[in-house]
Amino acid sequence: MADLIDAATFKALQETAGADFVGELVSAFLEEAPGMLKDLSSAYAAGEADKFKRAAHSLKSNGLTFGAMSLAAMAKDLELTGLDGVKARGGDPVAAITAEVERASDALKGLVRA
Amino acid sequence: MREVRAQPARLLVADDNRVNRLLLSRSLELQGHTVAMAENGRVALEMLQKGGFDLVLLDMEMPEMTGFEVLEQLAADPKLRDLPVIVTSSLEGIDHIVRCIELGAEDYLPKPVNPVLLKARLNASLEKKRLRDQQKDMVRRFATTAVAADLDASGFALGGKRVHATVMFSDIRGFTSLAESQPPEETIELLNTYYTLMFDAISGQGGVVNQMVGDGLMAIFGAPLPLADSATAAVNAAREMIEMVQLLGVERLSQGKPEIRIGIGIATGDMIAGYTGTQDRATYTCVGDTVNLAARLEAHTKVAGETILMDGATRAALGEKAAVTALGPVEIRGKAGPVEVFAAKAN
Repeated sequence: MADLIDAATFKALQETAGADFVGELVSAFLEEAPGMLKDLSSAYAAGEADKFKRAAHSLKSNGLTFGAMSLAAMAKDLELTGLDGVKARGGDPVAAITAEVERASDALKGLVRA
Repeated sequence: MREVRAQPARLLVADDNRVNRLLLSRSLELQGHTVAMAENGRVALEMLQKGGFDLVLLDMEMPEMTGFEVLEQLAADPKLRDLPVIVTSSLEGIDHIVRCIELGAEDYLPKPVNPVLLKARLNASLEKKRLRDQQKDMVRRFATTAVAADLDASGFALGGKRVHATVMFSDIRGFTSLAESQPPEETIELLNTYYTLMFDAISGQGGVVNQMVGDGLMAIFGAPLPLADSATAAVNAAREMIEMVQLLGVERLSQGKPEIRIGIGIATGDMIAGYTGTQDRATYTCVGDTVNLAARLEAHTKVAGETILMDGATRAALGEKAAVTALGPVEIRGKAGPVEVFAAKAN
């Protein structure tokens, strides 16, 4: 679990913003993440490239904030590759990043409780 | 590291991502600032238009209205053009950064925003804004609102344009002996009171005081901003000025001081209006025959024993019913032939 969240990034965040506040921030992420995934998924299905990019961009941005590096890297790849490129590659990128968000969310919950 | 704590400022954080919005606001609040939040570009622009913000931290990728569009709208709005914008974005690619700066963004911070960098950039931007505001305030104090607005809108350039306007000259009669009869402090105080009253009368009619020399002043009606009826505005202002001076005189008499009298000359016509001087020091003024004539008419008030004198063009613009006395033709220095002069009384 520890590998999912970069400890130094998360600790720095707690030090600058305050541990209690980071707890609130994680809650906000847990509330918002399903919406971002939903946007990503519906944009993927409907072929809306801009919306897809924006949703990936948001996930990347939040991943970086919390130190969820693999989530951030995955989202950045989707943002940069773009909808057409992602589709051309095949596979199920939405399912893959959804699973990664779940893993990161669980790890964050654990860190906040700790 | 140098600890600079900026004056608390009112900031707007515009970001569609709630986590980013909350975190950035938190960082700013911890620095002592007051923060409002907007979840997209449209909301941000509406909040900014209501005013009261010192700086905005703007995300680029937002629904409804992107940060780029917000930057464009801000640049097109004279009231918001100078509002500092720090772009906070994790958009990939240097071309985005370049575009933001070209659109007038003050600075660019990549997300996630580093709190130390944020503080330094923010304080630098706020300091620059403070200096800019101070500069604007100076321009306002030493120019007039109309000239400051003209400068703000079209920038500064020496040279002028032909305008149809009315010029007024006014000065205090016997000012030298008045100044000699009292301590200098009292003279300055009298001048300040006098100018306050005169400025009020002139700007109340849409005129602009562009020169003050000792006890004399020059005002322009119809430039830099056009006036529908510059002649009537100038004569109305002149009448108000006379009234004000009479009131001031009553007050001075009650304090055992001599009252003061002024003479006003007014002329209407074409003239060249613009900035004259050097690149470093310039003033907004008007030049031309009409201007000279107004100055001569002001001087002639002493000879004629009148308070307000005007030329034929001003008289004609007032219309038939105006309460004006024709004094007949008068020889004016610098004019080939005699000039028809008219006198107006205070109300």
